[in-house]
Amino acid sequence: MSLFAKKLLGVSVATALLGALIGLYVAAWATSQPPTISASTAPASSGGNRLTLMTVAAIGPKYSPTHPDWVSYLVRQNGKWIHSTNFSVPAESVIHVTIDQYDSPTGLRNAFLSQVQGTIGGTMSVDGKTVTSIPPEETSHTWVVPQLGIFIPLPGVPEEAKNACEFAPCEGAAHRTVEFSFYSGKKGRYRWQCFVPCAAGFWNGLGGPMQTVGYMDGFLNVV
Amino acid sequence: MSSSQAARPGEVPPEPNHTFRFAVLWLVTTVIALPLVIFLIGPLIGPGNGSAQSSGQGTDFTVLAVLATPVLTLVVFYLLYAVVFFRQPQGGTLEGPAVRGHARVQTTWIIITSLMVLAVAVFGTARLEADNGSGSGSGPNPLTVPSGPKLPVQVIAQQWLFTYRYPTYGGVETTELVLPNNQMVEVHVTSLDVVHSFWAYKLGVKADANPGVDNVAFVKPTKLESFTVRCAELCGVWHGYMYNTGRVVTPAAFATWIHEQQTRLAPATKVLPKYSTTYLPEPKKRAEPE
Repeated sequence: MSLFAKKLLGVSVATALLGALIGLYVAAWATSQPPTISASTAPASSGGNRLTLMTVAAIGPKYSPTHPDWVSYLVRQNGKWIHSTNFSVPAESVIHVTIDQYDSPTGLRNAFLSQVQGTIGGTMSVDGKTVTSIPPEETSHTWVVPQLGIFIPLPGVPEEAKNACEFAPCEGAAHRTVEFSFYSGKKGRYRWQCFVPCAAGFWNGLGGPMQTVGYMDGFLNVV
Repeated sequence: MSSSQAARPGEVPPEPNHTFRFAVLWLVTTVIALPLVIFLIGPLIGPGNGSAQSSGQGTDFTVLAVLATPVLTLVVFYLLYAVVFFRQPQGGTLEGPAVRGHARVQTTWIIITSLMVLAVAVFGTARLEADNGSGSGSGPNPLTVPSGPKLPVQVIAQQWLFTYRYPTYGGVETTELVLPNNQMVEVHVTSLDVVHSFWAYKLGVKADANPGVDNVAFVKPTKLESFTVRCAELCGVWHGYMYNTGRVVTPAAFATWIHEQQTRLAPATKVLPKYSTTYLPEPKKRAEPE
């Protein structure tokens, strides 16, 4: 084999190897997702399935060493809080959702989203009280599945509240409890997101956790 | 070639009149192709006949295709003609004669292409003028406004959702775009955060949604159908999911629907800001850049 042929072979092999490594890295990055957490079976008294979520002002180093100060959702599974925003619920079923909201208000950019939509009865309960909407300026986050027409505004914990949670886990700290039920309908993969510009430190509150699956948006898999 | 016309040994055979032959070939092909373009391909060109604007766009695309057809056949058939008739003979190594400038060809080429480009520019401008922007966003002060009654509908874009506000119906805001058939609609497109683009392909409407800008487009639906609204401007991680559906319904069905929305969405309407062509809501606390 001539020197030129050897050089050509070496460069070709190195290029192919580098390309494969870059491809694998991009593929791994593009397909990496938080785990999908299934809704649990609700008690016989209510029927259906249950999804329990938490919103926190900062996820904390325990759940996210890379972004401990990012605002985030968590989901409960088998008594433990999991850092994920991908949920799975059965199709054609009633889903009961409880969200413990530990963050302070930021306010909605579009006040239209302050009305509850897409739930059974068109209502939700806030700390046990049934409501159809909340004041837009008191909204801390939303849980919205646009393709299913579900719009849930979450009220914030008052600024002056004692025992406010600094970062997750937040159990025991001041919070608001929001409960609602919806009918899951047809099978599909639906994205959900928060519509409050709640990403502290990012331009217009829009970047970082607002654009990252696992924090303020994710998928609702109806299976 | 008959034997009587055959060249004697050593004699160069006479060249046929290539210009005439090619012109006839091009003309015949173009005459055959034009009806095919007008009657077969034209109707297949989008966006369809969902509105007066989309029908107009279909006509415009067909006109452009008709103008382009003679140019396409000229280029393609000249290429084929050259491949067939101007081939290098087997074993031949001669190059053709050098051609350095040809005033008549160059002048003709410049005049014809200039006329075509100018004609397309005049045609496009006239169509935009006649069709009140042809469904495109024309900014806050459109050059032409259709006469007669118009239904104003505001499109509000935000990461990552379109909502629609009907100022003449109490300013109610909805998540579905419903329009009455055969009614001129004045679409006001704006954004609450970054640049988006409102695109209702079937209706032939496309207008950028810029924060703080009222981008006006006109559309007159002419067909009872459902359509999809998509964002046509890369606007973040969920850009691909920024879509929803719309419907064109009869005026009676629209009246019923909008009344239902006014009732159902009364709590939200109560807290909405007064209708405005633009909104620049300041984030309450977390707007500081890093």
